[in-house]
Amino acid sequence: MSHHDSHGMNLVLHVWRQKGPNEPGKLEQYEAKNVSPDQSFLEMLDEVNEQLIKTGGDPIAFDHDCREGICGMCSQVINGVPHGGQERTTVCQLHMRNFKDGDTIYIEPWKAKAFPIQRDLIVDRTALDKISQAGGYTSAHTGGVADGNAILVPKPSADYAMDAAECIGCGACVAACPNGSAMLYTSAKVAQLAELPQGQAEAAKRVCNMVDALQENGFGNCSNHYECQAACPKGISVKFIARLNREYQKALFK
Amino acid sequence: MRILTSTVGRKILMSITGQLLILFVLIHMIGNTTIFFGALNAYAEHLHSLPPLVWIFRLVMLSAIAVHICYGVQVTLENKAANPGAYAVKKQLKANFASENMIWTGLLLALFILYHLAQFTMHLTPDVVVGLDAINRPDVFKMVSTSFANAGIAVVYFFAMIMLFLHLSHGIPSFLQTMGWNNDKTIPVFGTGGKVVSAFLMLVYISIPAAILVGALK
Ligand code: SF4
Ligand code: FES
Repeated sequence: MSHHDSHGMNLVLHVWRQKGPNEPGKLEQYEAKNVSPDQSFLEMLDEVNEQLIKTGGDPIAFDHDCREGICGMCSQVINGVPHGGQERTTVCQLHMRNFKDGDTIYIEPWKAKAFPIQRDLIVDRTALDKISQAGGYTSAHTGGVADGNAILVPKPSADYAMDAAECIGCGACVAACPNGSAMLYTSAKVAQLAELPQGQAEAAKRVCNMVDALQENGFGNCSNHYECQAACPKGISVKFIARLNREYQKALFK
Repeated sequence: MRILTSTVGRKILMSITGQLLILFVLIHMIGNTTIFFGALNAYAEHLHSLPPLVWIFRLVMLSAIAVHICYGVQVTLENKAANPGAYAVKKQLKANFASENMIWTGLLLALFILYHLAQFTMHLTPDVVVGLDAINRPDVFKMVSTSFANAGIAVVYFFAMIMLFLHLSHGIPSFLQTMGWNNDKTIPVFGTGGKVVSAFLMLVYISIPAAILVGALK
């Protein structure tokens, strides 16, 4: 846990506060005192919240779960960048050593029409689930457990699919996108499954359904800004969007 | 039909019509350079000796432009609606002026095309001099060089070609990505290549009014 050395940093935070989905929100200023460089960003916020609770204030609501960069729950735009400025790092893995004494930090929730704000820094990302529900799976097999090596997957294909499967579903790509599009998220799933023999059978149906779901759930259109890849904590490549476009073209002629 | 309404379908149509327009920009540029070899009038006459072909060409280009503009406007409006754009602080990591202003550079180019057609195709603007050259061909060279000798008109063309550069520096890598012709190795190559090709097109186009303005082409 964090240790309280007296040489910690003092920071000024501007945090988005909003009581509920239909309430107006605004930035409010807080001070984070004596912050250790070894703390994570979320631990820093935990301490701010402890102070708020002690003084009868309202703690800042934010999403988090694993705190080890794998669940995709943490979701904050820090100084204008989803997950903060460190490449390939989730908020929970961002450490305070990236900041210095006296810094001013702006903390805002994901902002996109598809992600309504629930409270403070928490947004509703159900819209992403809707995209995955529309085809981000292979239909279940029944019968006995298949032999592990019954389906041959070439190593390059396995690697490619694993790269796409790294997506943790955090939605930073949407938060970063000037068009509020979820094309990177969608493409990662489409590409992962289209690359593998198990996914190929349903590839055409999948890409069409997932693209439709993207459109129906309030996301914008991809116009190739590539802002998503730069913000993605897993470095998911826009090459998967090119793959989605190829899969879509194939599906058009089916 | 899926391709006409879906987000990726419309993107593909934007890409294909964009490619047609780039092809036109390329052919038009090559045609224009005949001016440096004193062959502009011959080239123009040659073109107009094939009226059905010219009209098919014009029709294809016109429909490509219409589709490109309609979807461009529609998609931009949807994108604005999907992004409330309400961050107090937002840092751009990869998006840039060109990629963010496609709609404006595009609409300015559309206005320019109207002006350009009104001027040199329909001869409606007051600066246009219509006449025949020594061997009775329409004197396109005289028309163009008279108009471009006017600094105000030349500046309009310079400005329009800067818009073309901006539009294509995002448009070229973007159409390749949309066609799916991209991977980790090609992404940066197409990004730089798009800028280089756009800059080349801009410079060749600009060189004509510039050469006339400084009196290097008479
Ligand atoms: S593609 Fe990256 S930014 Fe988008 S949801 Fe997946 S992990 Fe998050
Ligand atoms: S809390 Fe799980 S990824 Fe950050």
